[in-house]
Amino acid sequence: MAKISIRDVRKSYGKDQVVHGVNLEIANGEFIVILGPSGCGKSTLLRMIAGLESITAGQIAIADTVVNDLEPRERGCAMVFQNYALYPHMTVAENIGYALKVAGVAKKERLARVANVASSVGLGDYLDRRPGQLSGGQRQRVAMARAIIREPRVFLFDEPLSNLDAKLRVQMRHEIRRIHNRIAATSVFVTHDQQEGMTLADRLVVMNKGVIEQVGTPSEIYDHPASTYVGGFIGSPAMNFLSGQVDRGTSSVKLASGDRIAIAPAVAGRHHGRLVQIGVRPEAMMMVPAGEGTLDARFEFVEELGAGRLYHLMFEDLTLAVLAGDRQTLTPGTPVGLHIPAAAVHLFDADTGKRVEAVSLAIVEQVPA
Amino acid sequence: MIERTPALNIATHAILLFGLLLLLIPMWIIFVAATHDLQTVNTAPIEFLPGDQLLVNIAEAWARSDFATKFLNTFIVAFGVVLGKITLAAMTAFGIVFFNHRLRMPIFWLVFITLMLPLEVRIVPTYAVAANALTPFQTILDVTGISWLIQQVSGVEVALEWNLLNSYTGLILPLVATATGTFLYRQFFLTIPDELVEAAKMDGAGPLRFLWQILIPLSRTNIAALATIMFVYSWNQYLWPLLVITDRANYGMVVVELSNLIPDAITTGGGVPTWHLAMAANLLVMIPPILVVIFMQRWFVRGLINTDK
Amino acid sequence: MRRAYFNNNWVAALMVAPQLIIIFVFFYWPTSQAVYWAFTLEQPWGGGNTWVGFDNFRAVLGDPVYWQSVRVSIIFALSSTAIAMAMALVLAVFADRQLTGFKAYRIGMIWPYAVAAPAVGLAFRFVFNPNAGLFSYINSVVPDLWNPTLNGNQALLMVIIAGAWKLVSYNFIFFLAALQSIPRSLLEASAMDGARVLRRMRDVQLPLMAPTFFFILVINITDSFTDSFGIVDTLTNGGPARATDLMVYKIYSDGFRGFDYSGAATQSIILMLLVIALTFVQFRYVERRVHYT
Repeated sequence: MAKISIRDVRKSYGKDQVVHGVNLEIANGEFIVILGPSGCGKSTLLRMIAGLESITAGQIAIADTVVNDLEPRERGCAMVFQNYALYPHMTVAENIGYALKVAGVAKKERLARVANVASSVGLGDYLDRRPGQLSGGQRQRVAMARAIIREPRVFLFDEPLSNLDAKLRVQMRHEIRRIHNRIAATSVFVTHDQQEGMTLADRLVVMNKGVIEQVGTPSEIYDHPASTYVGGFIGSPAMNFLSGQVDRGTSSVKLASGDRIAIAPAVAGRHHGRLVQIGVRPEAMMMVPAGEGTLDARFEFVEELGAGRLYHLMFEDLTLAVLAGDRQTLTPGTPVGLHIPAAAVHLFDADTGKRVEAVSLAIVEQVPA
Repeated sequence: MIERTPALNIATHAILLFGLLLLLIPMWIIFVAATHDLQTVNTAPIEFLPGDQLLVNIAEAWARSDFATKFLNTFIVAFGVVLGKITLAAMTAFGIVFFNHRLRMPIFWLVFITLMLPLEVRIVPTYAVAANALTPFQTILDVTGISWLIQQVSGVEVALEWNLLNSYTGLILPLVATATGTFLYRQFFLTIPDELVEAAKMDGAGPLRFLWQILIPLSRTNIAALATIMFVYSWNQYLWPLLVITDRANYGMVVVELSNLIPDAITTGGGVPTWHLAMAANLLVMIPPILVVIFMQRWFVRGLINTDK
Repeated sequence: MRRAYFNNNWVAALMVAPQLIIIFVFFYWPTSQAVYWAFTLEQPWGGGNTWVGFDNFRAVLGDPVYWQSVRVSIIFALSSTAIAMAMALVLAVFADRQLTGFKAYRIGMIWPYAVAAPAVGLAFRFVFNPNAGLFSYINSVVPDLWNPTLNGNQALLMVIIAGAWKLVSYNFIFFLAALQSIPRSLLEASAMDGARVLRRMRDVQLPLMAPTFFFILVINITDSFTDSFGIVDTLTNGGPARATDLMVYKIYSDGFRGFDYSGAATQSIILMLLVIALTFVQFRYVERRVHYT
C-alpha cells in the first residue's frame, strides 16, 4: 500500500479545462470513493493517477515519488475498468496471468499464483473459459483477479459495477471491500452512485464540474453537507430546499410565503438579512395536523417504500418530501402541517450554495423547540 | 494515449512517411512527366521537378483522344451502374428480408454465388451474351420446343435478338449483375427492428410504401457508401468496355482510352514516345475517382468494408 | 429471428425479379455456356458444336504454354500478396497510434485504391521505362541493366510491384479498420499490466485482427488472379516471351485475339474452379475462426 498525494492537479484538453486545481491526500490503506455525476472529472482524475492521461499541471505522488512522468506500468497501480477490458482471445487463466507473463515470471510460479488468486475470487473452475463464455459478474471477478495478482500498491476502480444488475452490484460491493481489507492496498473507487459511495468509503470525495466539493467520512458528509450540491446529491430520498432570508428579530428564516422557519438565535444574529437556501432532509421533518406545524402544505401523493412512506406535499409551487413510518390515508389536496425542527435545518448561502455555518447548529446552539 | 515517448513518435512518423513516399513517388513522377514537353520527357535521366507544360499537355491529350465524349460516356455509364445497383440491390434485399416464403434461401444463395466469380473469369461467354442478350431465352424456347410450336402455328420464326454491343446498356447491365450491394442492404435490413414493420402495418402501409418511405430514408448512409464504391468501380472498368465497345469514337470509355495512348511503335507511328501526353491523360483519368474517394472517404471505407465482409 | 413480415408475396416476386433476370442472363447463362464450350468443339465450317468430352481439357492441361501462365500467375499472386500485406500491416499498425497528422496519413494511404488498374499499369510503364522513366538513371550508370522489354524476370517484377502498389491501399483500409475496432480500454489494460508498445502489438492487436488478416490474405490472392488484367494489358501485354502471361490475360488473348473459344472457355472453367476453391477455403477456414468480441 502507499499514500497518494494529489497537489493542485489540472487537466485540459486543448482549451477545455475539465479538472480545476484538485488537492487531495489519500492515506495508506484508505478506501477512497470519488463520487460525482457524469462529466465531473472523476474518471479523468483516476486515469491521471493511473498514468493513462497526462497531467496538464500540478503533481501526483505515490509513496512520496512524483509519478507525473512515469509510465503506467512503473507506478505500481492496478486498475479495474468499467467494461472490464478482458482480453477476448485469452482464457481466464491467461487473462489473469498476463501481467506476470509480461514481467517474465516463470511458468510454474505463474500458474500457481493464477490458481491461487482465481480461487480466492471464486473462479477456480473457470480457468479454461474465454471471457465470451462468462456472465457479467464472472467477468467482473476476472478483472479484479487480474488486478489483485499484481499485488499493487494502489487499486484503482473505474465504475466497475455500473454494468451489473442491482442484486449483483450489492454483492460485488461487499466482495470489493473484503478484498481491499484482505490485501491492504490503497483503493481509489470512482462511481456516480451515491449509495455505493456511502457504503464503501472510508472517506468520500464529492466532485462536481472538475472541482472537489467536499471531502469527509460518509457520516460527516451526510450530516454536514458543505454545499447545496453535496446536500442534494447525497442521501436518498433527496434533501428538500426552500429559499428565504434570515431575520434576527424573529430568530428565523423568512420564506417568500411569509412562513418562518426557526433557527438558533445566535446564528440568526450573525447572518441577519442574508439570502439563504434552507436544506431539510425528508426524514427530519414531521407531519402534523394543519396549523400546528412550522408551515402548511397540501398533500399530493404518497410513495410506498415498504420500510416507510414518502409523502409528497405541495408548498407554494414546490414539492416537499417527508419520510414517515406511519401509514396515513390522505386524499389529495388535504392540508397538512409540517414541523421542521431547527436542529434539522442546513443553511446555505443563496448565491454561492456554500454552507453558511461550518458546524451543525444542534451541537453549537441551544435550540428552541 | 500512453507512451508518447519522443523516440517512439519519431519512429512512427518515419515509418509512416516512408510508406507514404513509396506510395506517392510513382504518382509524383507521373505528375512531373505530364508537365514537361516531348523532348524533356524523353531525355534520360528524368526530371524530378515539374515543368510548365501541364495545361498544354492536358489540352492536347484531351483533344487527341476526344476525351470530351469519353468523359461523358464514362459518367453516363458510372451513373447508370450506380443507379442500377442501388435500386436493384435494395429491391432484392427487401424481397428476401421482409417476406416469408420458401424461396427466400434459394434466392439468397443464387445471388450469393455470383460473388464468387468476377467478370474477368467469365468474359468469353458473357461477351457472347452481350452480342445477343436474348440468347438464353431463345435457347430455352428452342429446347422446349415452343419456338417450333409457334412456327407451326403462326408461320413466324422465332428469332430473338437484342444486340448489346456498342451501347450503354451493354456496358451497364453486366456490371450490375453481381451481389455486392444486395448483401450490404440485407445486413442493414436485418437490423431493422420488427416493431417498425408492425407499426407501419398498423398505420396501414403496404410493403411498397414501407420500402419507399421508411426503409430507403433509413438506408441513406448505406446508399452513399454503395454509390461511392460503385462509382469508382465502374469508372475504372477496363476489360469489359474493351471487349464490348468497338465503336470507340462514340462509346469509348476513358480508362480504356489509356491503352491507346501507350507510346509504342503503333501509336506514335515510329516516332518519339509521347510520354508527356500519356501521363497527362493518365492524370485526367485518375482524377474523378480519386476525388470521390477523398471527399467521400468515410462512406467509401464503410462501403468497402461492409460489402466485402 | 425476424417475425414481422409483409404478406403479399407477389410483391416480393416483383422485387427480386429484375435482379434475378439480370444475373440469369449475365451470370448463370454465360457460366453454363462456358461449360458447354469447354466440353465441345466448334465445327470449322459452322453448324454447331460437337461433344468432345475432356479433349479440350487434355489439350489445355498438356500445353506447356498454359503451365507457363499458371506458373507466372502463382508467382504473381504470392509475391504481390506478400509485399502488399506486409507493407499494409506495418503502416496500419503505426497509423493506428493516431499521432498528429493521422488524417493526412490515412487519406494518403487510401487514395491509390481509386486508381484504375490500367492507369496503374500505364504509370508504372513510364516509371520503369528504361529510356525515359526513373530507371533511366540506373541505365545511365550501368547500361542496359534494366530492360523489362527483354528481360522476362524484370517484366514480372514490374507487374508484381504494380499489383502490390494498388493492393497495399486496399489492405491498409481493412487493417486499419480492424485495429481501430479494438477497444482502447484493452490496450490501456495491457499497458497497466506492464506491456510496452511492441508487446501490446504482439499480444493484443495482432491476435484480435487475425480474422481480418486471413480474410485479406484470401481476397488478395483471389483478386490477383482476376484483377490483374488491366495491369498486364497496359504494362507488358503478356510479354516478353510470355513472361507475364497471367492466366486471365491468356484467356483474353486466346479468346479474343486467337478466336479459340473452346480453349478460352476451358481455361475459364479451370480459373473459375480455382477461384471457387479459394473462396471455399476462405469460408470454411476464415469464417470459422472464432470471432472473439
